[in-house]
Amino acid sequence: MSCDDNVDCGRRRLLVATAAAGGVAGVAAAVPFVASMLPSERAKAAGAPVEVDISKLAPGQMMTVEWRGKPVWIINRTKEMLDGLTKIADQVADPKSDKKMQPDYAKNDTRSIKPEIFVAVGICTHLGCSPTDKFKTGADSGIDPNWPGGFICPCHGSTFDLAGRVYKSKPAPDNLEVPPHMYLGETKLLIGEDKKA
Amino acid sequence: MSKVNALLQGTLDWVDARFPLTANWKAHLSEYYAPKNFNFWYFFGSLAILVLVLQIVTGIFLTMHFKPDASLNASGVPVAFASVEYIMRDVSWGWLIRYMHSTGASAFFIVVYLHMFRGLIYGSYRKPRELIWLFGIGIFLCLMGEAFFGYLLPWGQMSFWGAQVIVNLFSAIPVIGPDLSIWLRGDYVVGDATLNRFFAFHVIAMPLVLVGLVAAHIIALHEVGSNNPDGVEIKKKKDANGVPLDGIPFHPYYTVKDIVGVIVFLMVFSVIVFFMPEGGGYFLEYNNFDPADPLKTPPHIAPVWYFTPYYSLLRAVTYPLLGIDAKFWGVVAMGAGVVVFAFLPWLDRSPVKSIRYRGPLTKTLLTIWIIGFFILGFLGTKDPAYKFFGSIPGAPVAQLLSVYYFLFFLTMPIWSSLDRCQPEPDRVTMK
Repeated sequence: MSCDDNVDCGRRRLLVATAAAGGVAGVAAAVPFVASMLPSERAKAAGAPVEVDISKLAPGQMMTVEWRGKPVWIINRTKEMLDGLTKIADQVADPKSDKKMQPDYAKNDTRSIKPEIFVAVGICTHLGCSPTDKFKTGADSGIDPNWPGGFICPCHGSTFDLAGRVYKSKPAPDNLEVPPHMYLGETKLLIGEDKKA
Repeated sequence: MSKVNALLQGTLDWVDARFPLTANWKAHLSEYYAPKNFNFWYFFGSLAILVLVLQIVTGIFLTMHFKPDASLNASGVPVAFASVEYIMRDVSWGWLIRYMHSTGASAFFIVVYLHMFRGLIYGSYRKPRELIWLFGIGIFLCLMGEAFFGYLLPWGQMSFWGAQVIVNLFSAIPVIGPDLSIWLRGDYVVGDATLNRFFAFHVIAMPLVLVGLVAAHIIALHEVGSNNPDGVEIKKKKDANGVPLDGIPFHPYYTVKDIVGVIVFLMVFSVIVFFMPEGGGYFLEYNNFDPADPLKTPPHIAPVWYFTPYYSLLRAVTYPLLGIDAKFWGVVAMGAGVVVFAFLPWLDRSPVKSIRYRGPLTKTLLTIWIIGFFILGFLGTKDPAYKFFGSIPGAPVAQLLSVYYFLFFLTMPIWSSLDRCQPEPDRVTMK
């Protein structure tokens, strides 16, 4: 700022300082409003773990439970389904589950604790739709003659295998999330909490 | 009689001494000179204002009965969903007010798209009207926000999953994305908090901004004057009083013309409201007659028709780039598809404004672009595996058209200056 004869520099400095202080106060006043839009204490507290009885889940069947408002799938995979997983390892984007979309105890070929029981959050990692189960294989599926069974997202067509691994060149970037979970008994599952927690 | 006139004149003088009523009347109506050669395409600005008023009025009455509440009532139906059913079934004339509002949303976009197309073909965004155009883009963005927030309110399946998808778009932004989408939702999933705040955005925040932008749009227009189908400036030829030779007062000439447009519009609008308010599943999607279920996405979800071209752009991107997910670039493509219009005043280098005097290159490329826009819109309503006539897969077509969509704009500085244009006339013509 140049100070020529007609400008009282002291007053102008005061003016600038006042405007700056006012601006800071204005920004500070926005904080409570912006923060009020964050999840409330009640919303944060609503994430309790869910206990599930899977004794009636027959091989090849799937059930859905609600955890933190999200659908969580529990699938009892048959031997054929599990064998299929290794065959398509070269077609999925992250076959070894290197991206951290699962707890460490589920970072294996079947992405599960027990090989046959698969637990995943049924929300597509693309934009949050819930994929549809397409367990019928081959041409019956209506997807592809070589379809080995899995999930297809109705929103943008991402496909996942029976371990929730996303196929290559699909809009979804990651495998389906495996939530923290643990077995309370042979057929009792707790979703939302594991031993470490 | 003269006593009454004197009284009226006295009242007017009293007001004018305190508020520029007559001055504003003259500046914006009786002495606002608009080109005399306006054609069919010039109906849609005033119609957009009509629909805005219609939406505000019907909206006010809907808020008297609607409840933004996602909790389940005694019969296990979400309260918001039930309150819309209540409006449709039990509120006197509620069905009419609600259908006017839901049809009005689609009508708003039809009218605004035609209004924008008018700007596109007659070069209404060119100097000195860049700011009018930018305010217009602001209105368009606001309108999209308004439509999106409003669509969640009935709390049907499409409401819920549509909001889920769009809010998750923000989670694609690197680093801050996931927290940003939680902040927008106010919860970890779309829920009651989301419904309540979308209601607040829909009924007060967005409409306030919208009305402000509309005012700015019109003030800017009346400052520089309207363009016309010939794209020539009428202010260059004025008579001795400074009135443009090719200008006629907006009132009564164009107010009367616009009334004709309003009547025709209301005829069409009424037919839809009374006989096909669902618009064949395009204005009100059938899946939205089911209450929201957070555990189950409907087998086919698509946005309402006015968002589908951009939705196709989003879906077209399936390759990661620069180490960032395809998801992020899809969002960028979708956003860019809307925002790119804002750059038109600086992308178009043609020596003439109107399509009437532009060359074959412009006409061809623009025609292809418009057709492409329609096909993208059509594909956006279909599921990703759609095939034309059961054989041509839609996904690669959408990708090709998406590339063209952007190339059209990006190469515009080149082709618009290369094109063989005809000379503009000195004054407007009456075709």
